[in-house]
Parts: sequence; C-alpha cells; structure tokens
Amino acid sequence: MNKLQEAPCLEGVSPDYNEIASSLRPPFGERINLFSFPWIRPLLQSRWPQFLIRALALAGFVFTIAAGLFGSRVGSHNFAIIIVWIAWWTALKLAFIPLGGRSWCSICPIPLPGEWLQQGGIFTKSRQRFGLNLRWPKRLKGSWLQSSGFLLIGLFSAITLTDARVTAWVLLGLFGLAIGLSLVFERRAFCSYLCPIGGFSGIYAKTAPVEVRVVDTAICAAHSEKTCYHNCPWGLYPVALRDSAQCGLCMECLRSCPRDNIAINLRLFGTDLLNNTGQVSKSSRLDEAFLALVMLGSALAFSAVFIGPWGSLKSAAYAIGSSTWLLYGMGFLTLNLLVMPGFFALAVWASQRWAGSKTQLRRAITGQSPVLLPLGLFAWIAFTISFAFPKMNYVLSVLSDPLGWGWNLLGTANTTWSPEVSGFSPMLQVTLLLIGLYWSTSVAHRLAKTGNQPNIQKTLPVMAFCMAFSLAMLWLLVG
Amino acid sequence: MRTEWLARIIVIVLVAAAVTIPLGANWFRSHGVVMHARMAETGGWTPENLSVKVGQPLHLRLTSDDVMHSFAIGKSDNPPLDVIPGEMTDVTLTFDRPGKYTFYCTRWCSVNHWRMRGTIEVTGSETAVEPVHPPLYVTLGLDIDAEHHAEVIPGQFPSASRGVKLGVNLPVEYHSHDYYLSHSPVEVWKSLHGESSLSQLNDQDIWDLVALIWQTNTTPQGLKEGQKLYATNCAACHGETGTGDGVFANELDRPKSGEHTDMQTGAMTTRPIDFTDPNHVLAASPAHLQGKILRGGMGTGMPYWGPIFTEEQTWALVAYLWTFQFDTEEHP
Repeated sequence: MNKLQEAPCLEGVSPDYNEIASSLRPPFGERINLFSFPWIRPLLQSRWPQFLIRALALAGFVFTIAAGLFGSRVGSHNFAIIIVWIAWWTALKLAFIPLGGRSWCSICPIPLPGEWLQQGGIFTKSRQRFGLNLRWPKRLKGSWLQSSGFLLIGLFSAITLTDARVTAWVLLGLFGLAIGLSLVFERRAFCSYLCPIGGFSGIYAKTAPVEVRVVDTAICAAHSEKTCYHNCPWGLYPVALRDSAQCGLCMECLRSCPRDNIAINLRLFGTDLLNNTGQVSKSSRLDEAFLALVMLGSALAFSAVFIGPWGSLKSAAYAIGSSTWLLYGMGFLTLNLLVMPGFFALAVWASQRWAGSKTQLRRAITGQSPVLLPLGLFAWIAFTISFAFPKMNYVLSVLSDPLGWGWNLLGTANTTWSPEVSGFSPMLQVTLLLIGLYWSTSVAHRLAKTGNQPNIQKTLPVMAFCMAFSLAMLWLLVG
Repeated sequence: MRTEWLARIIVIVLVAAAVTIPLGANWFRSHGVVMHARMAETGGWTPENLSVKVGQPLHLRLTSDDVMHSFAIGKSDNPPLDVIPGEMTDVTLTFDRPGKYTFYCTRWCSVNHWRMRGTIEVTGSETAVEPVHPPLYVTLGLDIDAEHHAEVIPGQFPSASRGVKLGVNLPVEYHSHDYYLSHSPVEVWKSLHGESSLSQLNDQDIWDLVALIWQTNTTPQGLKEGQKLYATNCAACHGETGTGDGVFANELDRPKSGEHTDMQTGAMTTRPIDFTDPNHVLAASPAHLQGKILRGGMGTGMPYWGPIFTEEQTWALVAYLWTFQFDTEEHP
C-alpha cells in the first residue's frame, strides 16, 4: 500500500475513479465554484491573504497566552477568557462552522510554527527541515483521540472557561503539542487526529455549504504527479474526498493543481449527510458517530452546568479534585460514554428490529450517525445564544483593556452595552432546536428510504432519540 | 525566496510584538506595587507584607481577583478604598511614624474575610518609637477566657432615663471612669444593692441606676463611632441587632451547637456571642470586652482587632456594645 492509499479519506475506499465520480455527483442542487469568480480567484490563488490572516491570528494567539498568564485573574477583564471563550467560541459556532465548515482551520495559527519547522519554510519547502516525518500510527487514526480531548476539556471546563491562567496553559499545551507532533510525524498530525476543535469543526463541516472538490475526476485520473496530494498539509487526495470532515480548506490543492481542476464550491446545507442516492455517505465511520454523540452529551452537560439552575452542580464542576468534582466527572463521563451511545445504539437496534433489517448493529449505528449532526450543531448554537450576546460588552471592554490593568486604549473599557436579547433569546433557542430536530428527522427519514418508499418503522426510534435530546436541551436552556 | 523571508520576518515581528507588549507593560507597571486581593480562602492579599521608609511614598495599585474587597489601614484616619475586580485603584501612602501597620479588608467577602490582612513595616526614621502601654485588661490582670455568668439579671431592659428620674445622688466612686471600665454591670449592681442609702430602691431601680452609670461614661459621638465600627466589622458575625445571627453566623456554627472546625483554615469556630443575652454580657466589664476585641476569642473564630482599632475606637465600640443591654438614650 502506498502513501496515497493510506490517506485518511481513502481508508476502506478503493481508488476507483468511476465510483468516486459517481458519488460526487450532486444529490440535489448545483454547486457554485467560487474559484471561478475573477475577483475571488486571486484572493485564493495567492498565499498572502491567508498567510497574513494566519500571521495576525498567531500574534493574537501568542498575545492571548501572555494576557492569560500575566493579565488580570478576573475572567471578565482578561483578553484570554473573553476573546477565546466568548468571541472566538461564539464565532466558531455561529459563523465559521455553520457557514464555512472547517473554515477556522484554514486560518488557525496553531500549526503554523510547527509546519514551518517541519517544511523548512512558510511558503516554500527547503532542505533545512526539522523532524522525523514519521507516519501517524494506524491504530490512532480516526477521531477517537479528538473525542477524548474534548471529554478531557469538558471535565475541566468550568475552571478552563473562567480562569485566565488555566486557559493560557491549555492554549500553550495545544501549541506545544502541535509543534511537537509536527517534529515527530508528517503533515498536520495534530490537526487531523488530536485537536478537539478540529474534531468538533470536522463533523459539523459536513452540514456546511462549502466544500473543496475536483471538477473533473477524469483529469485527476490522467494526472500522474498528484501535486494536490503531495502539497496537501492534511495528507488528503482531493479526488477521493467524499465529505468535508477532514479537509481544512487550506487551498493548497487549488494552488498546486496544474490543470485548474479543483473547485471551492458553495453548495446546499447538509450535502455531505446523504449521497446522491439519498443513502448514508460511505465515509461515515464509527469514530465519527462516537464523536457526534460526545458532542451531544457535552452540549447537555455544558447547558446543565453553565445555564442550569443547580448551584451545587456548578460548584462541583468548579471544585477540581474534590469528591464532588469526582462525582461530577463520573456523571459527565457516564453521560458521554454510556448514556448517549447506549440510548442511540438502543434506538438504532430497535429500528433494525422493527424494520426486520439484518444489517450489523455497528454498521447500522454508523449509517444512522448523520442524523446526529444537525441536532448537535443547532444544540450548540442554541447553547451559545444563551451567553454570547449578553456578554458581548466584555469583548469591547477587553479590546480596550486586554490585560485588565485599567487601560482604555480604544475608549471602550467601560462599555456596558450588550445586544438586548433577553426578550427573544428563549424564542430563538426554541426555534433553533426545532430546526435542528426537523433537519435531523428529515435526514433520518431519507436514510430510511428503501428504494423510493420510506420505511417509517426504521425511523421512529431514532426520531424518538432526537426528540428526547431536543426536549432535554429545551428544558435546560429555556426551562 | 524573497517572499519566503518576508513572510518569516512578518511572523517573527508580529509574535515578538505580541509577547513584548504585555511583558513590557508589566515591567513598566512594576514600578508601583500591584496588590491583588483575593478571598482569604484563596490567598488573601498578594503581596501580604510590604516595607517602606518613613516619609517615602508607597504607591499601591490595588485590584481584586474575585469579588469586591476594600483596602483599609488599621489605626488610620484614611477612609477605606474599594478594590474592584479587574480594575486598578491607585493609592499613595506616606507614613510619618515608624511601626508595623496592618492593612485589611472591610468588605464581608467571605466567612474568613477578617483573615484578609497584611502588614506594612515602616522603618528608617530617627524618631524614637513611641512606648506602648499595655491595655487595661492586661493591667487589671483579667482572665478574659474565664467563664463568666451573671448571678443576677434585670427583669426588664434597664433604662438610664428611668435612672435619672429616681433622683438619686450616687456615691462619688461610681462616677469614676476607671470604676466603670473595670467593673461588670453585675458587680456594680451588687455594690449598689449593698448601699444602705439605696435600700428603698427595688432591684429594677438599681439596674436603671447601672444603666445611668453606663450612660454617663459614654458620649453620643462615641456611640455613633462605635455603631459605625460595629456595622462595618462586627455585624457580619454578631448581626446588626447584636443577637449573633450575622450572615456568617451559620458558617461558624455547624452543627448548631458545639465547636466547629473551619474547612479552609482548620481553625475552631463557635457561634458568635449574642450581645442581647444578659446572662453572659452583664458579667463582663468594659475592660473584659476590650480584651476580647483586642486579642480575639481563642478557639472561637473571633478575630483580633488590636492592630486595627485605635484605643479610642476600641472604647467607642465597647460603649456601643452596651446599648444591646441598656437603654442609654435620653428620653424627655
């Protein structure tokens, strides 16, 4: 097996260009290739615009760590807490992911220094490279480690989200890990297999209206150099992309394709969730199903801790190392590792039994996992609405006084204005949860189609799971 | 290759700026002392101990890392300063006398709020250090930890006004301020009760005379000062009405009876004293109360206020405490 066949997106997929071409046909609607617009093309073709954004983001990232370490310990007056957990986290869930999939990954500064060392340059590869350039262990592939990372952050979320020092150390840890892995493994091992945000962005990128795809697979088949694959920092082969979960939208394939055969498409929302026959995408995997369930469980847990009325639960989540925190941790892990996967497996099993399907349960769970994505995405958006807007004034405040030292650089240090959303926030949250539920159940409905006939029995238990989750979120967010 | 180097320079310059700005600013700020306030359970004041020379300005930048605190210096006329989370409060202190000054928090920030204390050592003066006189309770040799229980208590709230109306001329020793300071109300009552010239008075009349003696040893200004000190420093535990039901009372008394060890400090605590309980309070002299205030209550959680209150403030506070036992207001 060569390196090309080992690319993450190609696992278990035979490099049959006809099959790939068939699966890439749009299931509904057409794509708009943004790369074909003359005013967009130079912005994507040149590395400079993206590089400058990443360089600024890197400076911001380093400044965030410094602010976290040296600035005020009061979370609401520290740049690290407000910019990371209010501004960026909100922007990620409300804009970057739903509208751009892994668009944050395309400007993320974390891998930049490691990649520079690994490649020996920022734009061009040089002979003076550092690192061992090993392949990532096959056993560790998939998003299992990303799920674990997300759970680990979840266990310490209460202190991480409120203590600037802890936030700084977490960011520093991620930074060090990214650089370290770049020096040991090839390409973006950290982004592909470890970054919890990458995992979060990746699974929900399947719902987003943006994708990088080849225009004509026949041209790729005839192109022996595969420059796109060799230049992809993620180790992906664009012609084999079946969904957008792995692609970090770095645009290197667009820039390196000598045949101008790669497009960045605008497409309909949720295109990746179903293939052109209305069946589940073959790229769905058990690790992604697990990650999607972890996201649902975490949304419930975070809503209960941060929005819910239980002071004792909040205190337990904050009291790291105490017996109450251990109880909280056990509850959090039980919810994510047993309750959510257990109930979903039960729902899928019931569907299979009811419909008389002989499909293996593991395969059936994987097949039904796209149902979880709209549900989870909208649950996270609804959760974010509850705290993002009321705390928006803090963003203006820390921009003017980033270290909480009494500065007023922009004259906005004492801003108290925030968008007044208390009136319609619950209504908006209900609407968002209903949209997520409707979207998920419609995906479940389409997945249950046998030929042109929907098999309703096959859908009902999974729909009941979605309904139960939405009701739980509704109860936690709007009471 | 030129673009590659340009990109590298941009990255290096931006990252260097991102690191230099906060660190540089931190260096500039270090010319003043940045003092962080945290609840006692999570560290109290940082730094906790400072030193400065007499006459040398000490510039402090105060900020809170958790809740609102207040910065005050014991035995000083300076008003307390609010220490607000995330904000800097600047203050410059200049000491004209050497000594060890205690700074403390005046906000009820947590049950161990009183433990938020630190010291400023003022040195370098040629001025001789003023001699320290032992407080009265030490001079009198009082055992302020000894059990004290009132043998007699009044049937109703003693009133100085009623005492005036009795029209009694008390023997001259009862008008002495030293006598008042060194005797408990019960001792005074018993002494008056034994006076043959007062044999026509009933027990309550004598209690009213005791209230009158206590009134003559206080001033309205002193009581006002005492009330202010009590509300700021004592009411958190002893309660606004003196009944020992302040906001921290339950924290100090878990379970309701017996001693309790504070989880954070390991110190033993008991329920705060009820100043309205005559059985307990009437057996204590003003000097006894002074001792309790200055030294604190060993093993009870009662803080020591010796480094905080001036002598005048201590006596004003003692005078105010008696208002929970005596009606000392003048009624027409």
